[in-house]
Amino acid sequence: MQNSRVKLRWVSKMRDVVIIGAGQTKFGEHWEKSLRELAVEAGLRAIEDAGIYSKDIDAVYGGNMSAGSSTFQDNIGTLIADFTGLAINNIPAIRVENGSASGAAALHEGFIAVASGIYDTVLVGGVEKLTDVPMENITDVISGEIDREWEAFNGSTLAASAAMIARRYMYEYNAKREHIAYIPVISHRHGSLNPYAHYKNTIKIEDVLNSTIVADPLTMLDCAPISDGASAVILTTMENAKKLKNDGIVRIKASTLASDFISLHSRDNITSFRSTIEASRKAYKMAKLEPKDISFVELHDAYSIFGMIALEDLGFFRKGEAGKYLEEGYGNLDSKLPINPSGGLKAKGHPLGATGVGQVVESVFQLRKQADKRQVSDPRYALTHSMSGAGGSSIIHILEVV
Amino acid sequence: MVGIVSYGSYIPKWRIKVEEIARVWGEDPEDIKNGLFIYSKSVPGPDEDTATISVEALRNALSRKRINDVGAIYVGSESHPYAVKPTATIVAEATGFSPNITAADFEFACKAGTAAIQTVMGMVKAGMIRHGIAIGADTSQGAPGDALEYSASAGGTAFIIGEKDTIAEIKATYSITTDTPDFWRREGQDYPRHGGRFTGEPAYFRHILETSKKIMELMKTKPEDYSYAVFHQPNGKFPSRAAKTLGFKESQIKQGLIVPYIGNTYSGSMITGLSAILDIAKPGDRILAVSFGSGAGSDAFHIEVTDGIENYPRENAPDVWKQINSGKFIDYAIYAKFKGKIKMGE
Amino acid sequence: MTIPRFWREFEHRYRLIGTKCPSCGRVYFPPRDVCPYCHRESVGKMQKYELKNTGKIYSFTVVYQDIPDFKELKPYIMAIVEMDDGPKITGQIVDASPEEIKIGMPVKAVFRRIREESPSGIIEYGYKFVPI
Repeated sequence: MQNSRVKLRWVSKMRDVVIIGAGQTKFGEHWEKSLRELAVEAGLRAIEDAGIYSKDIDAVYGGNMSAGSSTFQDNIGTLIADFTGLAINNIPAIRVENGSASGAAALHEGFIAVASGIYDTVLVGGVEKLTDVPMENITDVISGEIDREWEAFNGSTLAASAAMIARRYMYEYNAKREHIAYIPVISHRHGSLNPYAHYKNTIKIEDVLNSTIVADPLTMLDCAPISDGASAVILTTMENAKKLKNDGIVRIKASTLASDFISLHSRDNITSFRSTIEASRKAYKMAKLEPKDISFVELHDAYSIFGMIALEDLGFFRKGEAGKYLEEGYGNLDSKLPINPSGGLKAKGHPLGATGVGQVVESVFQLRKQADKRQVSDPRYALTHSMSGAGGSSIIHILEVV
Repeated sequence: MVGIVSYGSYIPKWRIKVEEIARVWGEDPEDIKNGLFIYSKSVPGPDEDTATISVEALRNALSRKRINDVGAIYVGSESHPYAVKPTATIVAEATGFSPNITAADFEFACKAGTAAIQTVMGMVKAGMIRHGIAIGADTSQGAPGDALEYSASAGGTAFIIGEKDTIAEIKATYSITTDTPDFWRREGQDYPRHGGRFTGEPAYFRHILETSKKIMELMKTKPEDYSYAVFHQPNGKFPSRAAKTLGFKESQIKQGLIVPYIGNTYSGSMITGLSAILDIAKPGDRILAVSFGSGAGSDAFHIEVTDGIENYPRENAPDVWKQINSGKFIDYAIYAKFKGKIKMGE
Repeated sequence: MTIPRFWREFEHRYRLIGTKCPSCGRVYFPPRDVCPYCHRESVGKMQKYELKNTGKIYSFTVVYQDIPDFKELKPYIMAIVEMDDGPKITGQIVDASPEEIKIGMPVKAVFRRIREESPSGIIEYGYKFVPI
């Protein structure tokens, strides 16, 4: 029943949607830049990269999670369209909010708009400005992703949710604490090679284990940082793209979203994300691919355990076995399954609404072989995995270089 | 005959030792222990207050006997969480008695709980209500470094009073009230003040002894007619001396003398001692229970345990001594944090 | 939280009143107006259900984050408790040290202060858990 939700009979009738431009700001602490400046910077870079003009854009989809609660600025879609100079054309501009998967959700909406034929060329952006939030309020802003009344009110946080998942995972699969630390180590190794990354230091397993405890058993190095940033891509039809470019066109093979109970306490099982399983199964069907076909994966490692569980839910490893494979070296750039070549949320940074689009920007760079020192060798298919809250929803994109 | 239909107590988990408080204020703990006959006191968690203690005490009473037909709920305390907004409404809501009930908060230093008992007794006797709930609970504050800091503690007890199916009958109650300013706290002040040694003879002893003698006269009883006696317990010394002066033996007061281990729970003090006695009482046992509230007044109760206690499931809630003995000790720094004694930034 | 937002949940926060689906018998906490399994069969028919206050720890963590509302409690134990009546509930474990907490440990719900609006504002009460 669940798997029948993608109306695959329509997929063959959809227009091919491709990415012709990608751009982003560096992720990190942007003390001098405002929310709108970050959004404009990423948007203009994507437009320039696409080789189009503002007048070619039919609509704007902006992903943002917290502007209302963090900077008291709502109506972000209009604001971004305005300051990227697009309001003069009176084009539709919409903010898409889906927790920390807001950027990926905006891309999903942009994809649907182009695939359906409603719009030909759209700007999809993601932006978040978190350093304008007083430090003591930041956890509370992020807690907006879980159930405010029945989780956050009682003292739970997103980190606490991740930690309870980690403890249950260790309990059910007899997993070693060290195994959960591999994802941040891999992310930092790759992030150190990425000029857009928030953190460029490499770390070891022991560093993760011995770092300051955030929510036991997770430490500070299990958790993605609080970052500012923006990212943007330009979507258009294959037909349009071919008029503009000869190579470097990236096709969106699949764009899927699935949800689950928002609270951990409402789920039968917290060591697996149903939303990730459902979204990825739909995505593989839509792309007519299997996990083994994927050249590299950008994971939503807001917390180490999220990334680890996602590897299993995405079908790369069986339940409870991700740790074993990571220990064997999976995840590195030269391995069978490079993980987070960008540095992931952990090292590249996690500006909530910008994160999901940022994963796609990285994938475009990788597929075009523009990723310099962190380049995955000869990639064909990229999979990006974005998630809201503690798996409340998951969004998968599979990209292919044409 | 009006009496106790059910009862329950709650004592917070945390304890601090006299030695630990004395260490901070440069006093000799042996002096304190000998002088006050107190070894440790209970400390409420930072998330506990008179409302939460009252709810837990009442839930314990209700788990021993669920009574639905309750017409009044009164909470006596000198540390109500709000200056204006009743504790009793919170308790009524949390225990499912809202909305068809009358409720109010009482204040009379350490005897607000027994004042509440007398009030519901009267209402039951008058036929106004079938059952009434009287609670005495406190999270009392002693100023840092003051002698009161060794004793001011937290706890509470709830009684369900009615006429049918009692476990103990309250055969008589007698009170004395005078204007005696031995201990007070002005509106808006964090800590109470007291008259030092003036709290002894003219306050505690005068009222307790007088009320005890009067009720025994009334009931034509002598100390040896009672299986147990329990007096308000600002420290261990005062009730022991009062008992001795009246002619009670140590064996009669031991079960109800809880202050050496948990301190003075103020409105919960004497009644939690009474609760400890009810934990072991047998049919036919007579209990003399005498409270004292600064300001000042004293309420005495002549209580006789009925056969009803035999089938009454006391084991459905933890008994008082079990709660006393399951405390966990904390140091002065954690105590200061829990009690909000540390000045915080914005 | 604004006063009405907190006040309207009193019976749930104070007394663990959830809902029960008359069609499949599943018990929900927090309360639901629609049973996710029975959908239309349950609409308008969900019944109030007061949960027994006992359960077992399903998972837990010790939170060291700086959260102004819980400053005095830091570090505090956060848990998902599987109630004997079926539903799982997220709440704090109090009156216990982190080292004594285990998955599967029996606990019971108690009535505690959760947070306050401000020193002069309303006090928000609710459920926490203690080991039995």
